[in-house]
Amino acid sequence: MQQTASPTPIVSLRDVQKSFGSLKVLDGVSFAVERGEVLAIIGRSGSGKSTALRCIDRFEKVDGGEIIVCGRRVDLPDIDLRALRQDVGIVFQSYNLFPHLTIEQNITLAPCSVKRMGLSEAKALARKVLAQVGLEEKVHAYPEQLSGGQQQRAAIARSLAMQPKVMLFDEVTSALDPELTGEVLKVIEQLAADGMTMVMVTHEMGFARSIADRIVFMHRGKVHETGPASILTAPTTPELVQFVGTGNLKS
Amino acid sequence: MSIELDFPAVLERWPNFVGGAILTLELAFFATVSGALLGTLAAVGRGTHSRLIARICKVYVEAIRNTPLLVQIFLVYFGLASIGLKLSAFTVAVVALTINVGAYTAEIMRAGFEAIPRGQIEAAEGLALTRFQIYWHIILLPAVEKVYPALTSQFVLLMLASSVCSQISAEELTAVANYIQSDTYRAFETYIIVAVLYILLSLVMRAGFWGLGLVLFPRRRQLGTPL
Amino acid sequence: MGGHLNINHLLFLGHGALWTIGLSLIALVGGAAVGFVIALARISPLKSVRLLSAAYVQIVQGTPLLVILFLGYFGLAAIGLQTSPLVAAGASLTIYVAAYLGEIWRGSIQSVPKPQWEAAEGLALSRTQRMMKVILPQAVRIATPPTVGFMVQIIKNTSLASVVGFVELMRSGQIVNNSLFEPFVVYAIIAAVYFAMCYPLSLFSQKLERRMGRGSVNPALA
Repeated sequence: MQQTASPTPIVSLRDVQKSFGSLKVLDGVSFAVERGEVLAIIGRSGSGKSTALRCIDRFEKVDGGEIIVCGRRVDLPDIDLRALRQDVGIVFQSYNLFPHLTIEQNITLAPCSVKRMGLSEAKALARKVLAQVGLEEKVHAYPEQLSGGQQQRAAIARSLAMQPKVMLFDEVTSALDPELTGEVLKVIEQLAADGMTMVMVTHEMGFARSIADRIVFMHRGKVHETGPASILTAPTTPELVQFVGTGNLKS
Repeated sequence: MSIELDFPAVLERWPNFVGGAILTLELAFFATVSGALLGTLAAVGRGTHSRLIARICKVYVEAIRNTPLLVQIFLVYFGLASIGLKLSAFTVAVVALTINVGAYTAEIMRAGFEAIPRGQIEAAEGLALTRFQIYWHIILLPAVEKVYPALTSQFVLLMLASSVCSQISAEELTAVANYIQSDTYRAFETYIIVAVLYILLSLVMRAGFWGLGLVLFPRRRQLGTPL
Repeated sequence: MGGHLNINHLLFLGHGALWTIGLSLIALVGGAAVGFVIALARISPLKSVRLLSAAYVQIVQGTPLLVILFLGYFGLAAIGLQTSPLVAAGASLTIYVAAYLGEIWRGSIQSVPKPQWEAAEGLALSRTQRMMKVILPQAVRIATPPTVGFMVQIIKNTSLASVVGFVELMRSGQIVNNSLFEPFVVYAIIAAVYFAMCYPLSLFSQKLERRMGRGSVNPALA
């Protein structure tokens, strides 16, 4: 399903600066994501890729530069955080499902309390998003009764229930055993096919190559190389050559 | 040296004992409910960004934890009187016990809050929940669950400590014992009976908290994990 | 005495404060001695010893200290002993403190890592040797922060001895108040003195706990 790209990008970063103490994590990062586009951010650990992603949802405040998400200036102090986060869904490496709530309650919580949705409507919604991730039968289970892969799929469903305009994935398969990553990647693939706008930080090079419309390779806090997925097979800078050459490119 | 114990002479007064025991439970109940509330607020207060509020909460907790309950009760008793508030001994006792147990609860709840992983809060923020909604839905219950055994012990200790309220003539179990023993001249027997009653009351309270736990933590009930 | 708060009142309160410290020390030493026995009895290989010591702990921890004090006071009289408030308070507090310290220490002994017990067994040490040479030295380290913390409870709890007529800080406060009729001022002073005794110990206990790298919540009231 191809959507026409809107004139203004859904997410855009321009010359973003961020330091933790004396450590410069982001040093002039710029990139943009169009509607319906899938962007994969890759790079070594410590390259600033997760920080860049977290800045989009303002889990990190930036020191300089400009971030616009769904028409909102995220870098400004007066940002309406809750409005921003209704537009942006984020999925974490460690799932972060709420352990005391059933899967259904995990999913209905935000629609009910943030969007004031009625409970029966929210429950129907929960069933719908759970079907999307293939977990209809786990609706009344508690997170600890699920495998890691199932928990991560439930976490994706929880985000989907807020009907975000863009989804952020922060190394969502890094905590999973290899045999469980497949089921999560399949769900993300399906989302991409449905036209969801996505930004993902990932270590799965093969996956990034097959799903991403564009790759951003980060190195030492800068966007070192960017372009279509083909840059992974034909890297031009020595750093990316080295990065994809160190066994990172596996399917 | 010989001991002659005459329990029947004292047990005749069983309606008084029962009345005292019920009053002790009532004291404990009200102080537990309001102390849990006060303690939770103080624990939240210690974690806020406002330095002033955090400081006030810390001073409250430390002042209470480092002075005897008996002194606190007298201070509340005479303090309220000096500002012209004429309250019953029972009300004064509830107020003093609340202030006291609130400080201990605050410390326990703080430990519970600190045990909530940062990722839980980030996930909730990512879902656009408000600060209050995050505390209410995501932090509070899991925090209580983590420290539930400590809270249970704390409130049982509160019930036992309420015996001190006999000193401001609240008519709870120990006060009842005091006048029964002076009526009957059977002090030792009286206090043995009262000790047994307190042990029973602590069992009743523990059973109550166990039952409350079943209601509060349905996951535990469903998965059969003990607290 | 009488009239305004004067130096004599303060001296009298100071005298009471010294007795608070004295009674606390008696309770600590007595409670530690009995509590040590309780701790060992709680993990004894003999089931009857374990049950008996567990019953002791349950009974004492289920009874208010005030009632234990009355039992000590009137109990000693009931068996025909000449009672003094000091003896009654000292004995009652010992019984009370022993139950709590015994539990704290049992927990400490049992939290010495299992491999240590097994290693000691592998060295063919006798049970006593294992306990004295391997387990207890490690348990002492674990037990120190909560024990220091419990000393705060002991100091506060001695205030209840005032009820059986022992003239420590609280009782001397009441006596001073009887002549001054300024309860709020007098009890505020008393509270401040208790705070001055307890707070340094609390801080010390917290510092020790942080050094051990773990916080703990010990329910406590007094």
